[in-house]
Amino acid sequence: MKNVFATRRGIVGVGLAIGILASLLQFLGNPANMGICVACFVRDMAGALGLHRASVVQYLRPEIIGFVSGSFIAAHAFKEFRPRLGSAPIVRFILGFFAMIGALIFLGCPWRAVLRLSGGDLNAILGILGLATGIFIGTRFLKAGYSLGSSHKTYISAGWIMPIIMLVLLALLIFNPFVAGENVSGMLFYSLEGPGSMSAPIYISLVVGLIIGFLAQRSRFCTMGAIRDLILFKQNHLFVGLLSLGIAAFIANLALGQFNPGFAEQPVAHTMHVWNFGGMVLAGLAFTLAGGCPGRQLFLSGEGDGDAAIFVIGMLVGAAFAHNFGLASSGAGATTSGIIALFIGLSACLAIGYTMKEKM
Amino acid sequence: MKEIIDASGLSCPQPVIRTLNAIKKTQENELTIIVDTETSKENISRAAQAQGWKVDDVVFEDDQYRILIRKE
Repeated sequence: MKNVFATRRGIVGVGLAIGILASLLQFLGNPANMGICVACFVRDMAGALGLHRASVVQYLRPEIIGFVSGSFIAAHAFKEFRPRLGSAPIVRFILGFFAMIGALIFLGCPWRAVLRLSGGDLNAILGILGLATGIFIGTRFLKAGYSLGSSHKTYISAGWIMPIIMLVLLALLIFNPFVAGENVSGMLFYSLEGPGSMSAPIYISLVVGLIIGFLAQRSRFCTMGAIRDLILFKQNHLFVGLLSLGIAAFIANLALGQFNPGFAEQPVAHTMHVWNFGGMVLAGLAFTLAGGCPGRQLFLSGEGDGDAAIFVIGMLVGAAFAHNFGLASSGAGATTSGIIALFIGLSACLAIGYTMKEKM
Repeated sequence: MKEIIDASGLSCPQPVIRTLNAIKKTQENELTIIVDTETSKENISRAAQAQGWKVDDVVFEDDQYRILIRKE
């Protein structure tokens, strides 16, 4: 059976759908230029679970639960669920960790970088340039034989672990609902102000997450792969998908009055160009070395990839560190500790790229 | 003996890189590539076609795809 989502039309359609849905999520309450942001949302989840205590970014985002679950459903519906693991898990953890640090210095993952631009935030241009630079460095390693080795087939139940974790999180969210004016509800933290306090209604977020998870699993949508394949193979298949996302979100933002062009005073953003660029160099390199953008890692974890699941857990821990130790930027800009962490992360990723090569 | 490239279990985009390297090097006009996900299968088909090769046959057994590609 031909997979229509993997065709040119398919990937364009998926990109358009994600762009419009992201813009709508913002319209329905998600933070500005953050209809969807995988890094920010995982960071908010770390906050909701109390792994960090930055009170403005705590919410167990249903979109992320939907991403993994939607992919899980699609993988089963099309007989593509393949439980596998064992490709350098500790390295993937570190890559996820530093990808998150880099993303939080910029204040967004590649998804949000494109959405920020489509909402008029011109600082995102620096982020996207940084992302492309990081990916370019990653492709040099790939060309030189960089590999984390093969994963192998595993038990069905092992492939279910990440989807089950997501179900447990959903149960936590349902049984510990937000109480107006309260920062804590049972086991979960909720932001009362800041981006963590802004959200679309839970079930809309969840359903949109499920739809995107489903579509992305079928189409193999990947924001890093989009740029990587263009650089490495001069192939624009995934890139037209990403471009479609940006254009659809731009048009939807115009229609919904969410387009405000400029550098200054952009929502959940800063204007330190060097660190917007640098943060995304780190994130782009880490995603390339791990073989997928943060969204793609979630979708892969839904179709049974245990190594992608480890990357996601690395991101969760990275987010906790980023806020516990003041590494994440804020509207005021990057922090000194964040800049130090950026260079540590770049060194770690370069070391991984240089030393983990197979003979070609 | 026909050339076989085992790219199963490798992360993106390594199966494609290995396929393209093999296409560049080989004297043969057919190659077999082994992968373990539908995604890698699609990626290899797309990359091979861009090089003027075509997918001749795909056999799925033991949770692996054996893709036979041939120079057009």
